[in-house]
Amino acid sequence: MAFLKSYLMFIVKYIKEVFGAVKSLAIGLRRTMYYFTHHKEIITQQYPDNRETLNFPERFKGEVVMPHNENNEHRCTGCTACELACPNGTIKVITQFITTPEGKKKKAIDKLVYHLELCTMCNLCVVACPSDAIKMAQTFEHSVYDRGELTKILNNPGSKIMEGVE
Amino acid sequence: MWSFHQIADFINDWLNQRFNPTWVTVIEMIITGILVISLFAVLGLVLVIMERKVSAWIQIRLGPNRVGPKGMLQSLADTLKLLVKEGMTPTGSDKFLFNLAPYIAMIVAMLLMAPLAFARNFQMWDMNIGVLYITAISSVSVIGVLIAGWSSNNKYSLMGAMRAGAQIVSYELSAGLSILAVVVLTGSLNINEIIQSQANGWWIFKGHIPAIIAFVTFIIAVTAETNRAPFDLAEAESELTAGFHTEYSGMKFALFFLAEYVNVFIVCALGAILFFGGWMPFHIGNWQGFNHVMDFIPSSIWFFGKTFFLIFLIMWFRWTFPRLRIDQLLNLEWKYLLPISMFNILLVTAMAIGGWHF
Repeated sequence: MAFLKSYLMFIVKYIKEVFGAVKSLAIGLRRTMYYFTHHKEIITQQYPDNRETLNFPERFKGEVVMPHNENNEHRCTGCTACELACPNGTIKVITQFITTPEGKKKKAIDKLVYHLELCTMCNLCVVACPSDAIKMAQTFEHSVYDRGELTKILNNPGSKIMEGVE
Repeated sequence: MWSFHQIADFINDWLNQRFNPTWVTVIEMIITGILVISLFAVLGLVLVIMERKVSAWIQIRLGPNRVGPKGMLQSLADTLKLLVKEGMTPTGSDKFLFNLAPYIAMIVAMLLMAPLAFARNFQMWDMNIGVLYITAISSVSVIGVLIAGWSSNNKYSLMGAMRAGAQIVSYELSAGLSILAVVVLTGSLNINEIIQSQANGWWIFKGHIPAIIAFVTFIIAVTAETNRAPFDLAEAESELTAGFHTEYSGMKFALFFLAEYVNVFIVCALGAILFFGGWMPFHIGNWQGFNHVMDFIPSSIWFFGKTFFLIFLIMWFRWTFPRLRIDQLLNLEWKYLLPISMFNILLVTAMAIGGWHF
């Protein structure tokens, strides 16, 4: 009797397995059939054709830039936090001492050198920056004919630090 | 109304008026050969572009859309590329077998065309064992795969070929048993008689649940036999680079590729013949008016429509299901499909003896 019962259990389990498998496969088939018949779901962007209407996800990262305001002022204090945070030596901060109108000597950036060819867009410099001086831009067409063109100086010529940023 | 049958008869009469019977046979054989080769070429082009479009739409992509109108000439451009590519033979390979293998794969696919009925009274060879012939010849295709794997002198190729061998040999069983279900219902191995027996309804409707079970096992088994996903272990890209055709390039690779697609066409045509009545229009019992309307659609359209529906089904499976592991593959055959189809053949036999089908 016990043998018969276990045998019956096996048969029931076997049939359940077959039906469960068929059901799960049918769910998958329904999903792919939905995609097959609904072409509006297609996510392919035909890139060079739709250059004007491209829209990026919020977190898409193209290169590091330093925003300047209309008076050619940036927020960088030259603290080198970004340089220290960078895992592969992409950023080099060159500082100089300038004399403020009050006659005080103060540290400020001369150049913030950014090697785009070494950058992995990891965003660690942007996170590390205490004064929000740099951010990630969404430009991505970076191909150039000479490698030297990829070494960029992020602060504009003649720019100075914004008032109130310490 | 024009039909393939009438065109064939017309050509036959025309030749008979001008040549003696021996030459007529020779010329007709040549014409048939040319037709088969051109059907191969057309099928290759159409099925490749169809596969690429179906897979693209299922994966929410666009697919080829640059060459020709809506990208429909893409496969033609690819074929041109493959034709001008160098067909390399690796130094360490068995050169004779290496070069022979693609042709074996191709010849098997060509032989399978012989008993298929493409339209009403339009068939190359009306033999009385058509179904047996197809099951017998399709098993030979494994030899082409094994030769290719062995002669490449490459461990991936050999592994792929061995997997293909295990797979085709095991799935042959349940494919054969599901084919047998229809043979039992019809009582004939002749493809024409099988089609004629479905004049008042296709077997998938007339045969109740056993015919549907047979159809499902047939589709699963032939997907495995043609080495397509989810049973594409023989050429599992992520494990074996390309399986048995890793070392092949250029036109030799293209022949394998073509043979795969033509095999898909043939098994789908066989499925259409066995379960969906081949070229037989959709008839419902005694509804004379409805049946006459259906008869107006040419028989070749019925045949190709059903075949392409089944091909789409197999493509749909390919792009939906994940690949099975080799042990899961053999489990599926020996623990599930084979017992189910054996039990099913018992049911079908009881049904045929009792005459419970329509």
